[in-house]
Formats: sequence, structure tokens, C-alpha cells
Amino acid sequence: MSDLKQELKEKIITQLNLEDIAIDEIADNDSLFGDGLGLDSIDALELIVMLDKDYGIKLTDPKEGKKIFESIEVMANYIAQHRTK
Amino acid sequence: MEKVYINSIGSISAQKTFDNNDFLEEITTYEDNIIPVIEPNYKDFIPPAAARRMAKGIKMGVVASKIALEEANLTDIDAIITGTGMGCVRDSEKFVTAILDNNEQFLTPTSFIQSTHNTVAGQIALGIGCKGYNFTYVHSSVSFESALIDALMQLELKEAENILVGGVDESGEHTNAIHKLIQHIKPEKINSNELLNSKTAGAVFGEGANFFVLSNKKQDSSYAQVLGVKTFNTLAISDLLANLEAYLKENNLSATDIDVLISGNNGDIDYDNYYTELTNGPFKNTQQVVYKHLSGEFNTASAFGFWLGAKILKTQQIPSAVAINTIKTKGFEIVLLYNQYRGKNHSFTLLRRC
Repeated sequence: MSDLKQELKEKIITQLNLEDIAIDEIADNDSLFGDGLGLDSIDALELIVMLDKDYGIKLTDPKEGKKIFESIEVMANYIAQHRTK
Repeated sequence: MEKVYINSIGSISAQKTFDNNDFLEEITTYEDNIIPVIEPNYKDFIPPAAARRMAKGIKMGVVASKIALEEANLTDIDAIITGTGMGCVRDSEKFVTAILDNNEQFLTPTSFIQSTHNTVAGQIALGIGCKGYNFTYVHSSVSFESALIDALMQLELKEAENILVGGVDESGEHTNAIHKLIQHIKPEKINSNELLNSKTAGAVFGEGANFFVLSNKKQDSSYAQVLGVKTFNTLAISDLLANLEAYLKENNLSATDIDVLISGNNGDIDYDNYYTELTNGPFKNTQQVVYKHLSGEFNTASAFGFWLGAKILKTQQIPSAVAINTIKTKGFEIVLLYNQYRGKNHSFTLLRRC
């Protein structure tokens, strides 16, 4: 699980161009949106595509995304349970 | 009709031009066939959260426009008009590559959103909260001049008071590879000091963003008056001089009235003969200036020539790096710019000291 969390942090920094943020600056329970990392709706779309492309998880309900992308911890748990690749 | 002035400038180029207090005092020489811009520290101008999705062309355009607005002492503007040949070509390449690599699946929004040609003008407007006229011209190597014509008409007819006009193009890896393949880029790397004497075909490609606040109100910061611009999509070399003479006549001028000729030579042996029609013809005894050995060739490189003309008229100096003769060293009143790319999309631009 810790490998997956590390992988997710790396992917988020690279794919969302968070060039000023280092991996160790993102805590597992930090909020990804709002006051935490400050991601926005375009980032949410990027994360939905990433789940589909890299882990074979298709999100059909946008409300589901809001919960899944709460933090790295929540995201990693969801991916571990639902991944198809 | 109102007179139109260049009230401020902002330039990001392959030379250190983002500081308006400098005028090509320190020249960077390249030994290549593609040259990049010297970038300012973008973080000094754009908040990191806003910059993280911006492609290089957007950052260059936003910073060049901020420099120009600051020098004009403006925080808002009536209109934003840009010219670009290729737009945000890096994100276009990224998006198309993703389509091909992923079999049209998994397409992410950011590169698509940023890949449109009018993204730069849009991002500038968003940054300063400008809800005015926002237009982008995509007309190959007369893109900047097309933007300029639009601004001139609005200012001459008093439809606006201050307009931000700019030309911006970024270098894209895949696009450059194609231009190398068809030999529009020189196959050999060449020293920029030797470029304009090259005996080979093709150009050295570059990139850049050059922005200007044009206004019908002259102020202390003003650089020059813009007398006019004329473009031709096609123009045979045999018709060049007659058309230029007619254009000068429209402005009550003749070749002998021109103090400085700024030519867009790019060292392409197949097409630089257009320029020699002028430099060996009616402007043989005129002060001549060149610039593409410093900026590289790109669709809006002529905006760098426009920047150069404005600086020459304001400072009344011609840096040695751009002078190809020393016929006239002071008293510059009228500057003529001539540009074309591969024998197409010609432009004449006239500037006057103010």
C-alpha cells in the first residue's frame, strides 16, 4: 500500500504539473482539493482519466469522484480494492 | 484620423530583451539550427498556481504583456489583439500524440484546453480581468501584422484608446522535426554570426513573444509613431519594388526618406534575394539593419523586428550586432520594416520618431 501511495503522489505531481511540490510535502491524509493541495475541477478530470488509464477503474458517477479523491490515503484504498490492472 | 503611438514594449526572445532598460548590450551567440528564448524567471510575474498549466508560449506571452502594461503604466486595456502562426503548438503536439498513443481513449483536458491558438490572448485577459475585444490572428508570417492592422484601424477611428498588440510563437519538438525533414530548417548547425552569409537553403528556427501597448495618446514612455502596415500574401519578386514604392507614395514618402531599413533576412539562400532587391536597389545608400540571426525565424519574428525599430527610434542608437552598414549613425526619423517568409506573406511597416 505504501508503494501505491508513493506512486500516486509521483503521478499527481507529474501529471498535474505541481512542479513546486515535493513528494514528501504531501501527507497521506492531506485534502487534495480546497485548502489542501488546492486542486480544481480540471485536475479532477485528469485524475478520472488516470484511474481509467493506469488502473482500469471507470468512474461513472461524479459524486463518487469527490469521495475517492479526498486524500492519497482514500484514493489508494479505493484503487487497491477496485483496480483491474 | 488619430495618430497611433507605441507607448510601451515587452519582449521575450533568444536575446536578453525582457529588461526594457537594456538594448542588445549583451549578445548571446548560438551554434545551432533551432534556438530557444532566454526566459525570465516566470515566478516573478505569474503566481505558481496559475502558471502550472501554462505552456511556454502562454508564459512568454503573459510575461511580455505584463512588462508592456507596466511600462505603459496601465492595469487594464481596451482590447487585446495577438498574432500567432502556430499557437500553443507544444500542447497541440501533446494532445495529438495522446490521441494516437492511446487509440483515441484516455484524453485529458489540459493540453486540449491550452492547445488553441487564442489561449495566449485569453490568458492575458483572464490575468488582468479584461473583458474587452479579444482577437487572435493566425495568418502565417503576417499574423503579427494582421493584429497590428486591426489595432491601427480601431485606434485611428477612436474606437479604443489603448490596445495591447503582440506576436507570440513557441517552438515545438515534433513541428521542428517536420520542418527539418522538409528542409525548411537548415540541416547544418550554424553560428549565428555567420547565418546571414549562409550559402545553404532553410532557416534557423526560433521562438518569442513581443508585445506592445499601442495608443492614440502619446505619453512620456512612447517609442515611436506607427505610420502604417501593408501585407501581401503573394508578391512576385518582380513586383516587389513597384509595390513598395506605391506604398511609400501612399504615405507621402520615397525611398530617400527612409533613415533605417530593417530587413527580415534569415540566411535562406533560396529566398533572401527578396531582401537584396531592396538592399542592393533603392536602399543601397540607406542604413540597413537585420535581426533574425539574433531571434531565429518564426511566424511572428517580425514582431521582434518591430520591437527593434521602436527601440532604435526611441534610443536613436543602432546596436552593432544588428547594423550591416554604417551609413547613418544618428538622426533616425523614419524606419521601414520589410519581411517575408519563403517568398510569401510579405509586410511593409513604417515607423516614425515621435
